[in-house]
Parts: sequence; C-alpha cells; structure tokens
Amino acid sequence: MTTAISSAPAIRVDALHKSFGRTHALDGLDLSIEAGEVHGFLGPNGAGKSTTIRVLLGLLRADGGSARLLGKDPWHDAVELHRRIAYVPGDVTLWRNLSGGEVIDLYGRLRGGLDAARRTELLERFELDPTKKGRTYSKGNRQKVALVAAFASDVDLLILDEPTSGLDPLMEEVFQSCVAEERDRGRTVLLSSHVLSEVEALCDRVSIIRRGQTVESGSLGELRHLTRTSVVAELTGTPGAPPAVAGGGLAALPGVHGLDVQGHRVKLQVDTDKLDAVLRSLGTIGVRSLISTPPTLEELFLRHYQDDAPAEEAIAR
Amino acid sequence: MTAVATALPAPAARSRHLAGTGALLRLALRRDRVMIPAWVLVLGLVVASMGSSFEALYDTAAERARLAASMNANGSMRALYGPVFSDSVGGLVSWRMAGYGALLAAVMSLLIVVRHTREEEETGRQELLSAAMVGRRAPLTAALLTALIANAAVAVLIAGGLAKSGRPAAGSLALGLAIGCAGMLFAGLAAITAQLTESARMAKGLTGAALGLAFALRAAGDAADAGSTSPLTWISPIGWSENLRAYADERWWILLLFLAATTLAVTASYALTARRDIGMSFLPARPGPAVAQRSLSGPFGLAWRLQRTTLLGWTLGFLCAGGIFGGIAQGAADMVGGNRQTREIVERMGGAQGLTDAFLATMAGMLGMIAAIYATGAVLRLRSEETGDRAEPVLAGAVGRLRWAGSHLAIAYAGTVVIMAFGGLALGLSYGISVHDVGGQLGPVLAAALSQVPAIWTLTGLTVLLFGLLPKATTAAWALVGGCLAIGWIGPSLKFPQWAMDLSPFGHLPKLPGADATAAPFVWLLALSGLFAAVGLVGVRRRDIG
Repeated sequence: MTTAISSAPAIRVDALHKSFGRTHALDGLDLSIEAGEVHGFLGPNGAGKSTTIRVLLGLLRADGGSARLLGKDPWHDAVELHRRIAYVPGDVTLWRNLSGGEVIDLYGRLRGGLDAARRTELLERFELDPTKKGRTYSKGNRQKVALVAAFASDVDLLILDEPTSGLDPLMEEVFQSCVAEERDRGRTVLLSSHVLSEVEALCDRVSIIRRGQTVESGSLGELRHLTRTSVVAELTGTPGAPPAVAGGGLAALPGVHGLDVQGHRVKLQVDTDKLDAVLRSLGTIGVRSLISTPPTLEELFLRHYQDDAPAEEAIAR
Repeated sequence: MTAVATALPAPAARSRHLAGTGALLRLALRRDRVMIPAWVLVLGLVVASMGSSFEALYDTAAERARLAASMNANGSMRALYGPVFSDSVGGLVSWRMAGYGALLAAVMSLLIVVRHTREEEETGRQELLSAAMVGRRAPLTAALLTALIANAAVAVLIAGGLAKSGRPAAGSLALGLAIGCAGMLFAGLAAITAQLTESARMAKGLTGAALGLAFALRAAGDAADAGSTSPLTWISPIGWSENLRAYADERWWILLLFLAATTLAVTASYALTARRDIGMSFLPARPGPAVAQRSLSGPFGLAWRLQRTTLLGWTLGFLCAGGIFGGIAQGAADMVGGNRQTREIVERMGGAQGLTDAFLATMAGMLGMIAAIYATGAVLRLRSEETGDRAEPVLAGAVGRLRWAGSHLAIAYAGTVVIMAFGGLALGLSYGISVHDVGGQLGPVLAAALSQVPAIWTLTGLTVLLFGLLPKATTAAWALVGGCLAIGWIGPSLKFPQWAMDLSPFGHLPKLPGADATAAPFVWLLALSGLFAAVGLVGVRRRDIG
C-alpha cells in the first residue's frame, strides 16, 4: 500500500505563511517528513503547530509558500488525500447524542474504511466502552474514540495533534505501542506532542518550531550533537599546576562554557562537537574519573522554548 | 424577586448557596450587552409607537368603534389577536400587542435563561465557574435576575412610551406589566426545562413548545368565546396578559396570578437544581449502539441524524397549528358581510378576496414566516458544527466541503417543504372538514402553504450567503428573519410604505388561496435563492474552516 509513495517525502512544506488578521501564525515554516517515518513536531504553545496541521488538512488556506502531502496539494486535492489520512485532534469534541462506537465507524467510513478486527482489538486494548453517548465520555475517553478510529482506519498517513492529552500512563503505553505498530506497517506518522518521553521513544526525527518558523530539524542524535555535553572530571594533577594547561588553558578552548575548577575537580559544559579537544586537554593532566552526560531532551527543548517565553503570544490556533 | 426569595432556605445557607451571584450577573449582562438591549428596544419601541400609529389610522371614535365591533364579531380575528376590550386608542394597542408582546417577551426570556444555565453547563464553562466561589444556586439566580432586568426594562419602556404619547398612565402600566410578567413566567418555565434536559437546544425547544401551546390555547379559547371567558383562555398565560385588560378597567388582580405561577415555577426550578449534579439532568443517558448503522456512513447520514429530531418537532408543531387555525377559519364567514371597513381591514391584513380565503391566506403566510425560523436554524447548524470543532474531523475525512455543507442544506431546504406541506395539509383538512368540503378545500390550501416556500428559501439562501462569506456574522440571519416577521405581522395594519413591505420576500407572494397567481414572483424568488446559496457555497469552498 505504501510502496508507491515511499520514494517521495510524505510531507513537504516550504516557507509556509499564514496570518489571522495581524497575527502571523506561520512565518516561513519548513517541514520535511519521509514516508514511513515517525516525525515529532514540537514547539511551545502558540508556535503554530496546529495551524500547520490545519493547513496540511486543507482546512486553512496558506497565504504563501507551498505544502505537499503524499505528492498532492492539501487544499485542492483534499478529498482524495483524506481517504489516505487519519487525523486525531488534541481536543476531541463528539456529538452528544451519538455513541462512541457510532463515531468510530463514521470516522472510518469517512476515510478509506475500517478494519473491523483491528477495531475490536483496539477497543479492548484502550479499554473503551463504545456504547456510551458522546456527552458522557471523559476527556481521555473522547481522545480514545478518535485514536481507535485513526488506528483502525486503512490509511497511509496519521496526523496526530497532541493525541495523548488526557490519557493515563497505562493508556499512554498502549498508544506508544500502537504508533510503533503503525511504523512497522510502513505508515507515516506526524506526531505533535509535548510529552518528551513519548517523542524520544517513538520519533525517528523531530522538528522544533517557534513563532511560526522551524528552528531545528533532524534526528534526535543530530539535535543532541548541536547542544552541550556536561563533563565532570577528577584529575590526577591540578589543572593549575603546569602553566601550559592551567584552568586558563581549558577556558581558552573553543566551545567550553561554565568552567568551574575546585582543586582536582573540574566541571564544565562543552559544545558536543568540540568535546574531543577538551578530552585531549584533560588527558594531558591525567584523569582519575570522568562523567560525561549528553544533553537531556528537556534541555534540548527548553533551550528553544525558553527564549520564547516572554514574547509568547497566544495564537489561538 | 419575592419569587426567588421564597424558594430559599435559612439565611445562613442562603448566602452560601448564592455566593457569587453578583459576579455572575455582571458576567451575564456583559455577555448580553448587545442581545438584551436589542430585544428590549425593538419590543418596547414597537409596542410604544403603536399608539400614535393607531391614532393616525383610526382618528375618530366612530371608526375605532366600528373596528372593535367587527373584530369582536369575528371568531377568526379573535383567534388571531384576541377580543377588543376597549375601543380607545390604548385599547386597540392592547388588543393588538398584549398577546404578541407577551409572546415575544417570553421568547426573549427563555433564550436568556437557557443561555446562562443549561448552555453554560453543556459547554463545560459552568464547571470552571462553579469551582470558584460560586454557590449552588448562584447560576440560576443570576440567569433569572438577568431575565428580570430585561423584562423590567421592556415593561418600563412600554409603559413610559405609551404614557408619554398621551395614553392613560394606568392602562400603559398595565400593558407593560402584562407583557413583562408573561416574560418572567416563561423565564421560570425555562428555568425548569433547563434542569430537566441535558442540551440547551432541547430546553429551548421544550419551553418554545409550551409557549406555542399557550398561544394556541388562547387562540382557541378566544375563537370560541367573544368575552374571553373560555377556560382555554384562562389556562394560557398569554390569555392572562390580554385579560389584564389594559385601558379597559384593568384587572390588577391578574398580576397576582402571574406572581403565584412564576413563584411556583421558580421554586420548582430551585428544588430541581438542588437535587442534581452539574452538567447532568434527571433523564439518565441510555447506552447507544456499539456499531453505527449503515445509514450513518457519510455527511448526509450524520446531518440527518443530528437534525431529524428538530424536524420532527417542527412537523408536529405545524400539524397542530394548521389543525387549530383550519378549525377556526370558518369563523371568518361570521363577519358582517356588508361592513366595508372590516373588509378593508382584513384585506389590509394580507387577504385579497373572500374573507375566509383572506384568513386562510394570512394563516399560510404566518406559517411561512414561522417556517423561516426553522430553515434559518437548520442552516446555522453548519456554523455551530464548525465553531464546536465537530466539522473539523468530518472535513479531515474524504468529504468535500460542498458535500458537507450540502448535506445540512438539503435537510434545511427539504425540511422547509416538509413542514409547510404538513402545516398546509392540516390547515386544509381541518378547514375542509369544518365546511364539509375536504375535496374542494384541501388542494388550494395546500398549494397556498407550499407557495410560501420560495420566500422561505430566499431567506435560507441569504443565510447560506452569510455563512459562506461572513461566517462571524451569521447571527445577522436572525435579524433578517425577525425583520421579515415584523414587516409581515405589523406592516399591513400600520400601513408601512410599499418599499418597506417589498423588502420582505413574503411581500412578493400572491395571497393564496383566492388571488391570481403568476409564475413571475416564484421564479424570481427561486432564482434569487439559488444565486445567494451558490455564492455562499463558493465562499464556503474558499474560506478557512474553524
């Protein structure tokens, strides 16, 4: 089913622009997702994630730039594309007098169709009662209705917009295994999420956006490479002893930050691609023990999120 | 406010249960800062200005006396407007507006109360408020106080306006209170239905049905009895409003009747609200099917599922209304045949030839204008689906926008035909039976009812246009419908200029049955309707959703 599209990127967005009145929700956003990959889509609230998704679904018309989905135009070929796409919004609203089972079937029929066996299996795994009416479901259960419909649909691309908000940790685990199964079947997943452990566990690549622009894109390994590693070392000599490699010498190395020398103990942070020179320099003094910590995902994101915080504007979508 | 106070227990508990009422009241008034003034001004000024209009149209006492006598002699006209209790100018205003004013005040009140109670719970906003320093009874109290403020303003505007234009002060006050008190009674009834149902739509529908029943009872009672003493009139609160007899030896004790009934309704609503959980109702939600039927497989199946109950309710309502009005139509023949003045008045009401035909034509026109309310609501489902985020996942499926919009529009357009057909059938059948000529009457009356459809569709088309091009201004569609209702209901008797009458699509229809019909107005209206809808749909295809 997916072989036909595996050569071209599943999603390709270039310099996308969209404004609502005077608010620039998207300001030249780029995004590229290969077929068959699970792609994390990250950014602070109001960064433009949902707006991007709504453009990709053909619900919003972009003001500028281009977007291609499965090789087609999301605005003009919306109906044809939607047969191959399942979408789960972050805030699922159901019709109050329709049962969950009815909504699941309806969503499935509106797409390419529904795998009945998979539907039954998913209902069981998500522990969802399909006979309850829309108005009686809790937030988490409404979310499950949309997730079951999406995972049971016969589609090539899943677009999930913060799909696990409201799910408990057990269900979060079920969700992760479902996404993994989708990947194994060769389906493409765009996952917008704030749950970093989820992104770390599932995503092949991530894109971080801020104020409507892509600021970082790549595999987690690549992104880590762009950040700082913390190093704590206990040395056999004092860094200050031989003048050539004194503390001043370490500090003079490129990419070293926050150097802290206390007797034999050295703490510092270094740009990950400059780690080599620091280790060499420490080696000449003599190392008794060394701990090197790669950046956590949190640090990675906070670096991008934080400088945004004061200027954060509530862009409604 | 006696009504509210009596419903409350000991003072200490009262303050706890009512905590936050003031804040909620200010919030309600802030949210309704456009809606309430618009209702109050339109309703108040229409009634208040009617005195000078009647004075100008019927400037001698003899003319007014003739009008009163002929109206009272005719069962059909009594059913429409109630009996005339006094042939003074004030008496005529009261005759024309006591019942309809009460009807409009009731609609305003039920919208206000449901909006600030059940609708708040349904959307989940109430939960957030109730988690703050807000007592259990505060939301209902704030909603009723909002309705009280609006109704008091209506009463003051009517009483003041009429007194200022030279009508007796006591009668002006009585008419203002007759309308305002009816509004408050229906605010109380809406407060009850808001506790019973889980959806705001259902609460409005039930209260509206009660209001329709009250109006029909009054109409039937007045048709049967010239002195307004029929028990049917007396069970209807709208009958009370007219029986307060403003400008005709006011029966002030009827205010006690309103007070007692309102107190009862409000007490009941407080008792109900104390016994249920927020967001819940007394009717437990039954489980639904685990799998969807084959019919629920596309946008049309969904739209039908969402709209069918509403259509059923309207169809039943139109059946009842048609049956009642058909049954009293024969009374139009009671009219003193040689009275030129009367004939002129009936013709002014919208009839053309033959008094019974004129009456039936007026009824068909009235059903048509009311059906426009249904049609507009059915189209605006599209907007509520969109703003409620329920359209998004449907359109994210393999559903084109035209198919999605077309599904709801098909129901709006076809539903209009359905309710007009059933209304016309009931009108024709019940009139035919009463004159023992079903075969001869059914066809023309049904045709008269269906002839309204192009005019209704024109308004529907305008609503689609708004939805496509100015989605944020779709509520303006209600103003259009309200404008057409006003032109159709009070335009003829106040002799609106022709250009004003022409603004309403209903003004272009031939007065069927009885009048000569040409194809031209129908073709024009259908073409306009089609054009509006087409432009609107182009807008839907091009604009952002959500």
